[in-house]
Amino acid sequence: MRAFLKGAIAALGLAALVAAAPAEAQEKLKVGFVYVGPVGDFGWTYQHELGRRAMQEALGDKVESTYVENVPEGPDAERVIEGLVRSGHKLIFTTSFGFMEATVKVAQRNPEVKFEHATGYKRLPNLATYAGRFYQGRYISGQIAAKMSKTGVVGYIGSFPIPEVVSGINAFMLGTQSIRPDMKVKIVWVNSWFDPGKEGDAAKALLDQGADIIAQHTDSPAAMQVAAERGALAFGQDSDMIKFGPNTQLTSIINDWSGYYIDRVNAALNGTWESTDVWGGLDSGILKMAPYTNMPDDVKAMAEATQKSIHDGTYKVFTGPITKQDGTLAAQAGEVLPDPAILGMNWYIQGVDEKAPN
Amino acid sequence: MRLELQRRPQQSRAMLLWSPVIAVALTVVTAAVMLAVIGVDPARGLYVFFVEPLTSAWGLQELAVKASPLILIAVGLSICFIANVWNIGAEGQYVAGAILGGWVALAFHDTGAVWVLPAMLAAGVVGGALYGLIPAVLKVRFGANEILTSLMLVYVAQLGLDWLVRGPWRDPMGFNFPQSVTFLPAATVPLIAGRLHVGVILMLVVVVVAAVMMARSLKGFEIRVVGMAPRAGRFGGFKEGPLTLFVFAVSGGLAGLAGIIEVAGPIGQLLPSVSPGYGFIAIIVAFLGRLNPVGILVAGFVLAISTLGGEQAQILLQVPLDFTSVLQGVLLFYVLACDTLIVNRIRLVASGPRTATGSSEAVR
Repeated sequence: MRAFLKGAIAALGLAALVAAAPAEAQEKLKVGFVYVGPVGDFGWTYQHELGRRAMQEALGDKVESTYVENVPEGPDAERVIEGLVRSGHKLIFTTSFGFMEATVKVAQRNPEVKFEHATGYKRLPNLATYAGRFYQGRYISGQIAAKMSKTGVVGYIGSFPIPEVVSGINAFMLGTQSIRPDMKVKIVWVNSWFDPGKEGDAAKALLDQGADIIAQHTDSPAAMQVAAERGALAFGQDSDMIKFGPNTQLTSIINDWSGYYIDRVNAALNGTWESTDVWGGLDSGILKMAPYTNMPDDVKAMAEATQKSIHDGTYKVFTGPITKQDGTLAAQAGEVLPDPAILGMNWYIQGVDEKAPN
Repeated sequence: MRLELQRRPQQSRAMLLWSPVIAVALTVVTAAVMLAVIGVDPARGLYVFFVEPLTSAWGLQELAVKASPLILIAVGLSICFIANVWNIGAEGQYVAGAILGGWVALAFHDTGAVWVLPAMLAAGVVGGALYGLIPAVLKVRFGANEILTSLMLVYVAQLGLDWLVRGPWRDPMGFNFPQSVTFLPAATVPLIAGRLHVGVILMLVVVVVAAVMMARSLKGFEIRVVGMAPRAGRFGGFKEGPLTLFVFAVSGGLAGLAGIIEVAGPIGQLLPSVSPGYGFIAIIVAFLGRLNPVGILVAGFVLAISTLGGEQAQILLQVPLDFTSVLQGVLLFYVLACDTLIVNRIRLVASGPRTATGSSEAVR
């Protein structure tokens, strides 16, 4: 035991004696990414990671990029972001809403570093925000669901009842109602963005309650897998989840950040970077729809037509008349809801079988 | 032939103290091997992981900030565990402290008065202690298993906070996002340097007070006796019931204090989730620190280093986070293994009936 102890202590000492390797002299722009989930979630974080890799690929030796995954929202995030600043990163993307306060604090302390925060609303001269109009894809999904459902009930797995998710539910509902006004949507909240166990259980519960199509606003493919086992249909989220349900996925709302990341890093390299507020939909390429599968040709044609009209801007998802649950009009016939109303949405449209998050 | 775990007739006190050190050393060796396997220079990897967080003032500050809630909670838990009372719900008591203290903040922070922060801290302690008393009363009065009740109350507290920040306490200017307003300066824990806040000093005071209480006071003796031999304690006039209430109130109060310090300090507002699992990680810290306040102080920093080092390793070496998770698991494994092997020995015995001193005896 004693000899072994000596060996262990020697190893400890050796480790402590080793000095830091000298930093390499280089002119590469260091770009950091802070992820809320694991890169292997096949959802939200995975898509940001694909964006990072595409950016690294495209800009090659001009850029050195790195990421920190599974960072808890709150004070831990501030330390991680500060750590990236201190290790020489000059452009930092923080990719979850809960990183907002932390990003703001670090950005205020480090005006020479550029920051980009996804899905937030606080901006500074060195802090830009960006997000996707993913509700556009949910409207298309809603139309498909109305056409494909036999029971007339769709199961919807929600993460947190924040405006982004609520507006997604409303967009989905508007889509279903445009085809079939009596469609029902049942919602289960899992209070997590990424929890495959809970998401799978939610899918099972919804299918048991008579839903035959599953839609989700959570990040793992667990619900898709459950739907596949049960022979139901489902919509993917964040990434193309077709490999988890080849006979199940109708389409998937794909978040494609690669174009945005390439543009923004290029801007930082060229000195043209500015603090902007980007909210991109189908036309920006940030939102893409996975191929329409497991549906008849006429449904596919309808989905493609809707996608085209939203892409062209000839149709806006939140076009009136939109009636709230309490019967009041949120938008007159023909009126289009302005962006702030969508960004702060905390009410459901009539037909949603759920109490508003108040 | 089979392997059997036998209690050693005599245990080395020195080895008992060395055990965590051996465990950490073994973890470092394992880390080096794992780094080599994934193609990272082990020397550089170990440096980034275990030493780099200690090389800058910023790193040390962040370490203290990260370790502080863990240590506060773990000190309270250690008192419970020594009394043989199993409070698994520190996470809930932490949240309860954050809620009650946060309520004081939201109600009074715009007065700017100097008493707001002390009142918040006191409310945090009271909130955590009251919340801790629920499973204690259920245990003493009805014999309910405190492991289950305290654990289940965690979810009640979390969902209560969730409801508050989505409903009555939601920031009216916050685009309907579930969060309270950010606290004004009167309701924020003062900073010493960087993010190092006064709460860290409070934590150190708590460690010292707990160490003195456990080692020198009659109460500490009572907790020890009742924990080890409740029957003997009864002969000495120590009652288990009141003691259960006491240790639950103390550990709940300390968890609540940690909660309100975190909310009034690094977070600065109420959010749906105010803890990345501190109440549960603190259980590990308590045992890693051998249920001793000073040991817990060290253990809290060891765990904080592994977290910060893991982030540094991701940033500087592109080592995946899974590596850190595995390493934390390995550390726990070695701690438990070292403890077990110091108290017990492994013997190869011929097949046959188990000896009376055999492995059926609990390892504790």
